[in-house]
Amino acid sequence: MNTTQWTPDQPIVSMRDVHKSFGNLEVLKGISLDVRKGEVICIIGPSGSGKSTLIRCINALNDIQGGSIKVEGQEVHDKNLDKLELRQKVGMVFQQYNLFPHKTALENVMMAPVKVLKEPKDEVQERALKLLKKVRLDGKEHSYPGELSGGQQQRVAIARSLAMRPDIMLFDEVTAALDPETVKEVLITIKELAQEGMTCILVTHEMGFAREIADHIYFTDRGVIVEHGPPSTFFKNATDPRTQEFLSQIL
Amino acid sequence: MLDLFIEFFRQLAEDYPRWNFVFFHDERQWNRLLSGFYYTVWLSVACLIFSVVIGVAGAWLQGSPSRLVRSVVQGYIQFFRNTPPFVQLLFFYFALGQFTPTITAADGWTVEPIISNVGWAIVSLSFFAGAFNVEIFRAGIEAVPESTKEAASSLGFSRLQTYTEVVLPLAFRVCLPALNNNLVNLVKTTTQAIGIAVPELLYQCVGIWNDYPSALYPTMLVLFLLFILLVGVLVYSMHRWERAMRIPGYGG
Repeated sequence: MNTTQWTPDQPIVSMRDVHKSFGNLEVLKGISLDVRKGEVICIIGPSGSGKSTLIRCINALNDIQGGSIKVEGQEVHDKNLDKLELRQKVGMVFQQYNLFPHKTALENVMMAPVKVLKEPKDEVQERALKLLKKVRLDGKEHSYPGELSGGQQQRVAIARSLAMRPDIMLFDEVTAALDPETVKEVLITIKELAQEGMTCILVTHEMGFAREIADHIYFTDRGVIVEHGPPSTFFKNATDPRTQEFLSQIL
Repeated sequence: MLDLFIEFFRQLAEDYPRWNFVFFHDERQWNRLLSGFYYTVWLSVACLIFSVVIGVAGAWLQGSPSRLVRSVVQGYIQFFRNTPPFVQLLFFYFALGQFTPTITAADGWTVEPIISNVGWAIVSLSFFAGAFNVEIFRAGIEAVPESTKEAASSLGFSRLQTYTEVVLPLAFRVCLPALNNNLVNLVKTTTQAIGIAVPELLYQCVGIWNDYPSALYPTMLVLFLLFILLVGVLVYSMHRWERAMRIPGYGG
């Protein structure tokens, strides 16, 4: 058990020498990073470099084999951890939206606060309607996911996560499955969120977006963080040859 | 009107002795047929409900982290799926029935087993159909994408909440056609309860044609028609249910 109380001046997420394997395949080979409250972190890198695995470890969707991950001072991979508390603190948005197809947009947003946090229904509904409005989906409250475009579904997914009032949001390649037209509407939503001070950790291939929004960029390759820095220096002065090669292919 | 109906069948039986619809002109036989029909309906509904409950619970236990629980469920399925339901029925009633406690009946001197033959029929048929239902629900559950379940757990849903709120509602929609088939079979299998003297439709019909050999063909005919009716109602309501559960923009 951790005895020291977490205070907001300490990193909100702190990873130390995290190792993760799927069977014999080691996907994360000693990842360390710190995220401070209100920061926006972008993780970039080639496919298969462990980016998604990395953020999925933060809310314990994946377990780890070594090292430590702390969210607000609490060890995530402690056996006695209250997962509900962790997952209420850490929201997550997925590449494939993963909405509940049998529920309307509004119901999708309301479900977790009502069922998991046992909050009163009318209170949650009011909040859910506000959130849907915020992601510019007013008028679509009663549509089912199957009736919405990819971009709209993804914004419902964002609202659904926000309904739990998380302190941290994880975005796992949330625009990768969208067509270029709708990418923008999702990115605007994330940007607004970041500007309001939400701590965001994004795995993304949108370099322009990362450059614009991120406070700090991490480049991962083959399970290690090769290089990191604020966007201003990262994109101009990448020193590692692997980073340079990756950026030259993309920019 | 009713008199005309009764008179018609009485006359028919006189003119054509092989076509004695005895239950249409003899009230006692009519009551027998009716009570058999009620029993069959009651047996079917009870077994339907229990077998679905067993199916849902079994499919949930199949996903249990405990290997012991999983193998118990697997053993249950193997036993009930791979042995004849009629033998199961006899086994439950004659073998297990011996070991259940008895109670003194209302008349004060007869001793009755705590589970009657009807009780055993319900237990045995529900477990039989339930074994198939577990497999049917499992197929539906496996059709729910892992990513959807992951989204639920990322929102703090427990395993049970994910199952009841997300997995089951989706799985149900996938497995309704297969469930439909099995439940139709179950309704028809209730006739095997005749083997332990449950006074259901077949039992009463056999009674009627034993007492009135001239009513053999008509009774069989009515027996078929009543089952077609019963299964028809079931299939119709299952289809209505299927349609009501259809989600706009999802699946077919």
